[in-house]
Amino acid sequence: MLLGVGADGPVRGRRVAITGLGVVACCGIGLDAFWEGLLGPAPEGLRRVPDFDPTTWFGPKEVRRVDRFAQFSVASAAMAVEDAGEIEVDPDAAGVVFATGVGGLETLEAQVGVARDKGAERISPFLIPMMMPNAGAAGISMRLGWRGPCETVTTACAAGTHAIANAARLVAAGRCDVAIGGGSEAALTEVGVGAFTNMTALSREGVSRPFDLRRDGFVAAEGSGALVLEELEHARRRGARVYGEVLGAASTADAHHITAPAPGGAGAATCMELALADAGVSPGAVGHINAHGTSTPLNDLAEAQAIGKVFGTPGPPVTSVKGITGHALGGAGAIEAVATVLSVARALIPPTAGYEVPDPEIGLDVVHGAPRPWTPGPVLSNSFGFGGHNGCLVIAPVDR
Amino acid sequence: MSDEATFDKFRTCAVEVLQVPADKVVPDARFGDDLDADSLDLVELVMALEEAFDITVDESELDGIETVGQAYELISAKL
Repeated sequence: MLLGVGADGPVRGRRVAITGLGVVACCGIGLDAFWEGLLGPAPEGLRRVPDFDPTTWFGPKEVRRVDRFAQFSVASAAMAVEDAGEIEVDPDAAGVVFATGVGGLETLEAQVGVARDKGAERISPFLIPMMMPNAGAAGISMRLGWRGPCETVTTACAAGTHAIANAARLVAAGRCDVAIGGGSEAALTEVGVGAFTNMTALSREGVSRPFDLRRDGFVAAEGSGALVLEELEHARRRGARVYGEVLGAASTADAHHITAPAPGGAGAATCMELALADAGVSPGAVGHINAHGTSTPLNDLAEAQAIGKVFGTPGPPVTSVKGITGHALGGAGAIEAVATVLSVARALIPPTAGYEVPDPEIGLDVVHGAPRPWTPGPVLSNSFGFGGHNGCLVIAPVDR
Repeated sequence: MSDEATFDKFRTCAVEVLQVPADKVVPDARFGDDLDADSLDLVELVMALEEAFDITVDESELDGIETVGQAYELISAKL
């Protein structure tokens, strides 16, 4: 990961190890359940997280005062920290960068109802601290007592990836020895689902089939993912298990249209190239791509064109876990980062659920039908958001 | 409504909003120290009481209210 350019050229930062993972997803809460879910049959319909019990992480009063998206944030971060073992970090050198696309929509919607029915004087004094998009990040820092940078990224569906990239750079730059990066979403409310439906972004059939010829939109989801990112030597000194490292990341904008991707996936292709350059990895060395792959006609085509431009055709094996997980917006990139790290750790690429009929315009090697064993190497994880936001991470096994 | 019934109703609101056991909501209990309530909790509690008793409490009336007993006096005086 590069920090900038000095007198002698590009300055490489400290190495960023991934030492903890946490996940709250429709197909499973916690790593083993999540991984099994990724390899299992696709759930049907909207991808809600069933059986989420906030009392595992919150007292009875907090449960009423923390929106579901922030509950997910704290839950996934707490699981990631537990997974990382005894971190023993200086709290002033520990940071949080946590994303959401929407924030506390459920709370906002409920309180709009209260204002209509009972008048503005009955609006909850907790509306603001519950709906604000930074409530998740704030909740994590308060729970852990971490006093370094604590920030929220809101770049729609690219936000989770951007947050992990920003957290990794805090560690690479030396500002933090440990940082949590991740993202969360819980916006499957009447208004949230209605709004996505009316912009014709959702699958009319309610089926997520990324890159398949019959794809007709995404399936909305909720959930959260979190990574503990730690300076490699810090991790090694304490004997931590290291899943892999964040080798590089990049962020670009399409500057084209508020919802449609740039023709040919131009902004996405540039972002992939910059992420690989940041990582010092050539396209030929990339062993796998965890695609954004939403299952919308435009996104999947643009992403495939961008991958073709950077890697040639067919390029490395590609999967989109959204066939299983659906699209959790600001949580998606983080959930997929967890899936990517597990693909590295378990030497297995999960299949793209729902993919059966190839699209002649998409010449990718889409992993489908069954998980594919592979020799773990650098992986590119893509996220693209409404607003033309592009984010890419390069995650790799630690090989030296 | 008897004093006892009024206090029961008051206590129900406090238990619901502050998520504390009912036996902790006693006249001597201090909102901050004993019931772990901050200023926003108290705003929500007052809203719940206003609705439950169909009364209005002005913000200025809350100055100096620190215990359950003081709050109960304020409310019951309006009934």
